[in-house]
Amino acid sequence: MTHLFDIFVRSIFIENMIFAYFLGMCSYLAVSKTVKTSVGLGIAVTFVLLITVPVNWLLENYILKPGALVWLGSDMADIDLSYLSFIMFIAVIAAIVQLVEMVVEKFSPALYNALGIFLPLIAVNCAILGASLFMQERDYHSIGEATVFAIGSGIGWFLAIASLAAIREKITYSNIPAPLRGLGITFILTGLMAIAFMSFMGIKI
Amino acid sequence: MFSNRYIFVYSSIMVIVVAIALTIVAVSLKPMQEANVRIEKMQNILKAINITATPKEAEAAYKKYIVKTFTLKADMTVDPSVDAFSVDLAKELKKTNPADRLYPVYVAALDNGDTSYIFPLRGKGLWGPIWGYVALKNDFNTIYGVMFDHKGETPGLGAEINTDKFQQQFFGKTIFDENGSFTSVKAIKGGAGPNNPHGIDAISGGTITSNGLSDMIHDGFTAYLPFLKTKINQLNTDKTDGGTQL
Amino acid sequence: MKEPLFSPKNLKLLTGPLNLNNPITVQVLGICSALAVTVQLKPAIVMALSVTVVTGFSNLIISLMRNTIPPRIRIIVQLVVIAALVIIVDQVLKAFVYDVSKKLSVFVGLIITNCIVMGRLEAFAMAEKPWRSFLDGIGNGAGYGLILITVGFFRELLGSGKLFGMQVVPQFLYEIGYKDNGLMILPPMALITIGIIIWIQRSVNRELIDKS
Repeated sequence: MTHLFDIFVRSIFIENMIFAYFLGMCSYLAVSKTVKTSVGLGIAVTFVLLITVPVNWLLENYILKPGALVWLGSDMADIDLSYLSFIMFIAVIAAIVQLVEMVVEKFSPALYNALGIFLPLIAVNCAILGASLFMQERDYHSIGEATVFAIGSGIGWFLAIASLAAIREKITYSNIPAPLRGLGITFILTGLMAIAFMSFMGIKI
Repeated sequence: MFSNRYIFVYSSIMVIVVAIALTIVAVSLKPMQEANVRIEKMQNILKAINITATPKEAEAAYKKYIVKTFTLKADMTVDPSVDAFSVDLAKELKKTNPADRLYPVYVAALDNGDTSYIFPLRGKGLWGPIWGYVALKNDFNTIYGVMFDHKGETPGLGAEINTDKFQQQFFGKTIFDENGSFTSVKAIKGGAGPNNPHGIDAISGGTITSNGLSDMIHDGFTAYLPFLKTKINQLNTDKTDGGTQL
Repeated sequence: MKEPLFSPKNLKLLTGPLNLNNPITVQVLGICSALAVTVQLKPAIVMALSVTVVTGFSNLIISLMRNTIPPRIRIIVQLVVIAALVIIVDQVLKAFVYDVSKKLSVFVGLIITNCIVMGRLEAFAMAEKPWRSFLDGIGNGAGYGLILITVGFFRELLGSGKLFGMQVVPQFLYEIGYKDNGLMILPPMALITIGIIIWIQRSVNRELIDKS
């Protein structure tokens, strides 16, 4: 259990998708102008991560990994399909995002109104593919670990975008040098927030 | 303007074309990729006995220096059916039953005529795995050389473990104390002092990586402990018998 | 009327993204996958080349296919083409520059979701002729690479006193008290460096300043 908790805390604070790996920066910068929309996007990202990472974990461990096809028969043990992983992961992500969009639209129009516009954006959000690739690289042992990692990364991303949006709402009243206004100051802000987040690095569980 | 049938045929053809193209690329480049992995492993093993080989020289140098390899089962008996070079310690440590793990040992003939025993190690740093090879002199106690590397430790801090400056600190340190009990070699925060035979200076600002490294050396050699003890006992009996043979 | 291959209009496709239409500092595309590789110059250059190859060829291929692609599965088709190109790049890197490919790790795969690639396909290649699309792709890849290499240059120089892994800050400076700035190596400084680049660029080209 402590092991899972460790993965959870690490993926929120230490290995934060934005502050440590810069993943999902495009939508992070584009959508962080108001708190309300960024909260919506944050929830949508967490939600999609929660589904795609475990699905890709299954795909990785039962189809793609060297020797993963052994359940089909022992003569399949030598097959290594790992070179297909990028294309399989992105296909799964695109398909799941589409599916989620359809399901949410049908069963919860309210949620769809809140998240709907963000879902298509998410298929090409680097944080989503990034989480699957990190899952593959770090070689999580069980689907439980992969799921906890996915939730943690999602919450970390959510935290990052929500807090940046809050700062950006306030900063409109500040007197910033003209060439730095908008994009420039947002980069520097994110950098400063990342420095603050680095102080979590000492956490040990 | 596009019928469902067209979309279906279109995507099928695309998937087939892409799959064929990728398979051709992957299969044709695979031998080179595998050679890269192999050569890197050889370079790492050689680095542990302080021999730096370029990728081109690695194969020949490895043949020259590494005279023998063998694989130990978890109970430290030799398993003759397994080629030690092909054992991937990362995979072994992941086996859920520790009794199934295999531990490779590489034996090197040094230029000065001595024999050195190289042991692979693997552990956890701050961001990801760290690994390395430690070469012991033929007293199975004194460190002859080390090689450490990491996946993605913080540059300038934890990442320093793969620099020569850090690794040279290990030379001549011992993993057993004078009574023969296992102490390992630890990275000590704030500096180990020049006369500590079991400690080196930890990296300032890289505490978690340093601790991970200490744990890796301790846990790694703990697995090999019965093997080392047997060898040391043999040496001692040989000494009392007046023999010098190994 | 047949246009020469490098007419002024076509050349503009190549040079525009280097400054006034830079994908990172002006279009705000493709920051995601690459900043983590700018600690040193060498991986930054390899990454820049990889992205340029992918943007160039995906633009070319999609532009050749543009009239046959059913709009309903447009995004999937684009993703498949990009992913296939990225896999090829990744396999080639693993075979020929193994040490760099280890450093880039997952970030090569992340070129797939690099917004530049998708962004240029949607905005340009779906509507333009192959040759122009190819130039646009190369130009944008190069503009992106330019920022990456600049950031990599300053981070390696100030952070570890080296370039391409070779010591360039002379030893006597260290002796009189110069120290490498350890902060430059850490992730946050990549963002702040880009912030400063944007600041400088917009001070020079006043027309880029945010109106709002």
